[in-house]
Amino acid sequence: MADAHPLVRLETFALIAVGGFAGSNLRFFAMGLIPDVPSIVLVNAVGSAVLAFLVYEADYADRLTARTRLVFTTGVLSSLTTYSTFALQTALAARPLALGGIVAANYGLGLAGVLVGRLLARRLGVPRPTGGETT
Amino acid sequence: MSVLLLEGIDVLGRTVLTVDPDPAHVVGTGGAIGAILRYVATKRVSERLSSERVPLATFAVNVVGSFVLGLVVFAGAGGSTLRLVGTGICGSFTTFSSFSVETVRLYERGERALAVANAAVTLACSLAAIGLAWLLVAVTAL
Repeated sequence: MADAHPLVRLETFALIAVGGFAGSNLRFFAMGLIPDVPSIVLVNAVGSAVLAFLVYEADYADRLTARTRLVFTTGVLSSLTTYSTFALQTALAARPLALGGIVAANYGLGLAGVLVGRLLARRLGVPRPTGGETT
Repeated sequence: MSVLLLEGIDVLGRTVLTVDPDPAHVVGTGGAIGAILRYVATKRVSERLSSERVPLATFAVNVVGSFVLGLVVFAGAGGSTLRLVGTGICGSFTTFSSFSVETVRLYERGERALAVANAAVTLACSLAAIGLAWLLVAVTAL
């Protein structure tokens, strides 16, 4: 990417910026709808599931273009989900039980989301023969 | 429509016009900046420390982003500043989805101990970074 054409780099940045705008806004919208701690659990679980689907879909069917992947993975999903707010909520938890609950909910549902996304990708895609013709 | 103009009176009795942008636009702008910063930082870390085994780039952005969010919150930022830097930039700079997918992929490759360590060390270092941010703010406030 370092030696890519400036316009190509600009396009990459623009695609990521648009995705980042949308992803962070979705997270902000969720935080307005439901309390802070459950909203972060929700976006982290859903975001992990969709990202896992896209990542494993690349292994199995690979129907999406590189640009679409860039917008959704690096842009929307990575911005929708967040580690910093989760870590701060954990650090500021009043009781040890609340602290454990926040960590267990985010880690547990985040990892469960990945497994759901992987399962969906496997169901929808037939594994591509390795080394065979693409498209 | 998106930008709210508020007329007020400042401490010297002058009429001032303050711009109060739509919160969603502030968060979105921060989110776009955070996403680009993450992309650049991830690339840099991956180039410098080419490690196929450990997802160092995601670890780095999550710890650094947690530290900065801690600084902003403990320094007492509120309103638009908190939305821009905290919810927007730090929120988008750090990522949970890449972290969880990479952790599962490590586990799948048979690197089970490394997967568990990645989850534990990311949490421990992010919490330590927030503690350090609190300490820095407390010390500079003295």
